[in-house]
Amino acid sequence: MAVPEGLSYTRSHEWMRREGDTAVVGITQYAQDQLGEVVYVELPEIGDAVEQGTEMGTLESVKAVSEFYSPASGEVLAVNERLADEPNLVNDDPYGEGWLVKLKISAVDETKLLDAAAYDEIVAAESH
Amino acid sequence: MSDSQPLKRTPLFDEHVAAGGKIVPFAGFEMPVQYTGIREEHTAVRTRAGLFDVSHMGEIFIRGPRALEFVQRVSCNDHGKMAVGRAQYTGLMYPEGTFVDDMLVHKMADDEYLLVVNAANTDKDFAYLAGVAAGQEGVEVVNESDRWAQLALQGPVALDVLQQLASTDLSEIRYYRFTWGEVLGRRALIARTGYTGEDGFEVYVAPEDAPPIWRAMLEEGASRGVMPAGLGARDTLRLEAGMALYGNDIDETTTPLEAGLDWIVKLSKGDFIGRDVIELQAEQGVERKLVGFEMVDRGIARHGYPVLLDAGDAEPSGTVTSGTLSPTLDKAIGMAYVPAPAAGIGNEIIIDIRGKMRRARIVQLPFYSRKKKKTTV
Repeated sequence: MAVPEGLSYTRSHEWMRREGDTAVVGITQYAQDQLGEVVYVELPEIGDAVEQGTEMGTLESVKAVSEFYSPASGEVLAVNERLADEPNLVNDDPYGEGWLVKLKISAVDETKLLDAAAYDEIVAAESH
Repeated sequence: MSDSQPLKRTPLFDEHVAAGGKIVPFAGFEMPVQYTGIREEHTAVRTRAGLFDVSHMGEIFIRGPRALEFVQRVSCNDHGKMAVGRAQYTGLMYPEGTFVDDMLVHKMADDEYLLVVNAANTDKDFAYLAGVAAGQEGVEVVNESDRWAQLALQGPVALDVLQQLASTDLSEIRYYRFTWGEVLGRRALIARTGYTGEDGFEVYVAPEDAPPIWRAMLEEGASRGVMPAGLGARDTLRLEAGMALYGNDIDETTTPLEAGLDWIVKLSKGDFIGRDVIELQAEQGVERKLVGFEMVDRGIARHGYPVLLDAGDAEPSGTVTSGTLSPTLDKAIGMAYVPAPAAGIGNEIIIDIRGKMRRARIVQLPFYSRKKKKTTV
């Protein structure tokens, strides 16, 4: 399972693609595989203030509920409205069309984030 | 059961691994929760057929000249009029009128009954039954769970597929009947029963015969779209069909009348364990009832979520016992206990979904029932 370069990752299996002071956030390929088919996504409201490491929403598979956490502090600029009707995008294209939230970043604790290589090691450790 | 006990494997464990099954601990066994995906497996059962390994289920035999008297004593249903070759759903009762378990009673002979019980309860049920039988002449309780594997082939094409492998004319076996026969030349008890809301069969065989029969069913069914199905699909299928799951919807604190299972309570048959409590409930009415609901607002209700009658209520009035997204209906559905006066069809209730108050509506159970072909049964 290749972990894309150029993104920031969390130990709770979110990814973040930064462009200036905005960022797109989703869950990783490994996270979607662990969760199984996503059937329902609960996203924050546009304008919500979020804090790094706190719960931002939930993803539900047929069997289980799983929270996802914000990789940075800031404000919710946009959410992926398509997931209301097509939650499976999270499974099919977790780094692309299955994105969850767009943030305006106010602060990031870089020490809590991982690069692709470091995240890859975490996944390798968890899968064995 | 303590977590430190080693997990058991069914005779089909290697088949599950080979088929890519995701293995999870369940009721003391290592079982496949899914292979390709819960929704895909669920749809296969509704439209074609799915093959389930249910070898973890318990098989307890009641034998002896007083076997019927004993079964009548521990069960709330009336088994007195059953013919040999019939199966009947019932509750195994505590003196409190609550469930030790729910089970299928099969009449094998006038002096022999087979009770098929939930895997998580097999040891508890056996101990309970043995306790009731202790000191009684003419009845013997035998736990044969390790001597039986069980395969459930469920779905509209189940009959056609199994018929290719079976020696007996399966169309002769009507719903909730069973017969001895041969599958792939091996001795098998073939029952037209199931836990999915579809037509289908549950086939009981010796453990060593299970793997070749499993493979043959999948090979025979491949061209008809038959696929292995796991516990995940089993749960969503039974919930759509409005069937109770022990440990969720019924347990040692609930009575059959509270669970809406009035049809398995036969007070007319005479005395049985727990009868006093159930008779009183039948006369006075129950305080709470198990209902089916659909979410009106967004969200999926899950087992254990609080139910309120009004969004402003300080205390919950009930609890969700089962909940999922229904793959067939594409709606969030569930079952919950609510106070009897609030249990009317169409009533709105509030479910506390992780702190958010979401509306749901009480609906008639089952959520799904198959279209029955006029030519069968």
